[in-house]
Amino acid sequence: MFRNLTRLAAGLTFLIVIAILISLAYGAAPALHKFGLGFLYNTHWNPVTEQFGGAPAIMGTLITSFLALLFAVPLSFGIALYINELAPTWLKRPISTAIELLAAIPSIIYGMWGLFVFAPWFADNIQPWVTEHTSGIPILGALFDGPPMGIGMFTASLILAIMITPFITAIMREVFGLVPSVLKESAYGLGATTWEVSWNVVLPYTRIGVVGGIMLGLGRALGETMAVTFVIGNAHNISASLFMPGGTISSTLANEFTEAVGDVYTSSLFALGMVLFLVTFVVLAFSRLLILRLEKKASRAPG
Amino acid sequence: MLTIYARRRLTNIIALTLSMIATISGLFWLSWLLWTLLSAGIAGINPALFTQITPPPGSDGGLSNAIVGSLILTVGGVVIGAPIGILAGTYLAEFSRESKIAHVVRFINDVLLSAPSIIIGVFVYELVVVNSGHFSAWAGILALAFIVLPVVVRTTEDMLRLVPNTMREAAAALGAPQWKVTMMIVYRAARTGILTGILLAVARISGETAPLLFTALNNQFWTTSLSQPIANLPNVIFQFAMSPYEDWHRLAWAGALLITAAVLILNIVAHSVLRHKQHSN
Repeated sequence: MFRNLTRLAAGLTFLIVIAILISLAYGAAPALHKFGLGFLYNTHWNPVTEQFGGAPAIMGTLITSFLALLFAVPLSFGIALYINELAPTWLKRPISTAIELLAAIPSIIYGMWGLFVFAPWFADNIQPWVTEHTSGIPILGALFDGPPMGIGMFTASLILAIMITPFITAIMREVFGLVPSVLKESAYGLGATTWEVSWNVVLPYTRIGVVGGIMLGLGRALGETMAVTFVIGNAHNISASLFMPGGTISSTLANEFTEAVGDVYTSSLFALGMVLFLVTFVVLAFSRLLILRLEKKASRAPG
Repeated sequence: MLTIYARRRLTNIIALTLSMIATISGLFWLSWLLWTLLSAGIAGINPALFTQITPPPGSDGGLSNAIVGSLILTVGGVVIGAPIGILAGTYLAEFSRESKIAHVVRFINDVLLSAPSIIIGVFVYELVVVNSGHFSAWAGILALAFIVLPVVVRTTEDMLRLVPNTMREAAAALGAPQWKVTMMIVYRAARTGILTGILLAVARISGETAPLLFTALNNQFWTTSLSQPIANLPNVIFQFAMSPYEDWHRLAWAGALLITAAVLILNIVAHSVLRHKQHSN
């Protein structure tokens, strides 16, 4: 009896995920039927003419998430290195708790702070300087062109980076802990510096796990909604400049889902949701696989 | 020219300094955020915040309906999600451990855990709102329950696995059937751990906005009816912060301070309990 009850509960978890997939596919069917695969690369999103292409939102999601990783990965590596190798013992606990708290703050709070505090500061102090100094340089100039509005793709990426840093840091610290201490001690014994041990011994040993952790952070960034909705500016176009407003799949859903009229409009939003779910699914599966492989390797190694 | 030793030492010093700067910058963002919340939110904290309902722009009011709405949604989500999560976690830890099914369920649970919360919102919209024809607190509760579920499954399984096998064997040797072993022995030993998992789930959903956008929606007025749209702090904050009105902004900051304080306290309590637990084992 009890055993079956627990099995039922486990089965329910399974069912929910299947049901999510089916309902997204069902909702997305009319749009996919109408636009076909072109939905993925069509750049026009026009509710008036009922022409919907997902490309701006999909591109926005990918660009902001990728940029966020670019900032978050070195930052997380630095923090993990500091806490694991450098910090005095009495400081380890408070610092790691503080970094964990960064992950606990609700995303809407990041959004508000980004919109009211960070974006104006960024527009006043950083943006004009960057735009001025990059103009004229071929690619960089185009990337950082535009009026200093504060909000936009770049700000969204920065805030995403702060939000995912604690997750990547946590995984990095965990996998760094899996390195057999014999390995590290022998490197130190040969006279290696702390940095050389971290870069040439710890990192290669944990490479797979680190990539897995980064993918987990990527999954977070892809699906993040509220913080991005506040600061990205919500525009349906792809602009070359990162300082211009844009949109992501989740911000488009948050802004337009309840206001969408007509079957095709709603269905197109469902299709965007399905793309997002599938992408996060693949990213998660990949990261699990990598972390699992590292754990197997660690359990085989002596020490 | 530097000797090779001096160069290696220099690289080391530069790298370690950079890692220290990374840590300081992490702490810097946290303090900036918290400072903003405190300085902007504290002005709005007064008795009226807890006794009056959300006002139209330009008049006085509080957040009482949103606070109560958030409490109802959170409690509802936990009451539905947590028991199922505990049972599913029990299945993984006690009955199926390393079987194929267990691995599949564990993976699926991870998928649910990392599914973007806005997708959960869209799903519940399709499931409940479209079928019933209107937004309701029930839909919001269900959406939150789907977020609680995977968190509780994860922590329950982890906590049950910490219970030493000798305890199970001792009870089984006394002739106890397996359900009795689980209920009377294993649950009792893992009680604090499981409760902490639920606490973490509460912390996670009390700030969730995205899944409530299309389910519980929002409500300007006082309601405790579960079949109506219901006010909730995150959505009120979203609406008020995006508005052009100064007094709405002030209320939004006060609400933000309330939520963050609640979430951070829950997290700190949960983590310190967990640490204590892991040390004693």
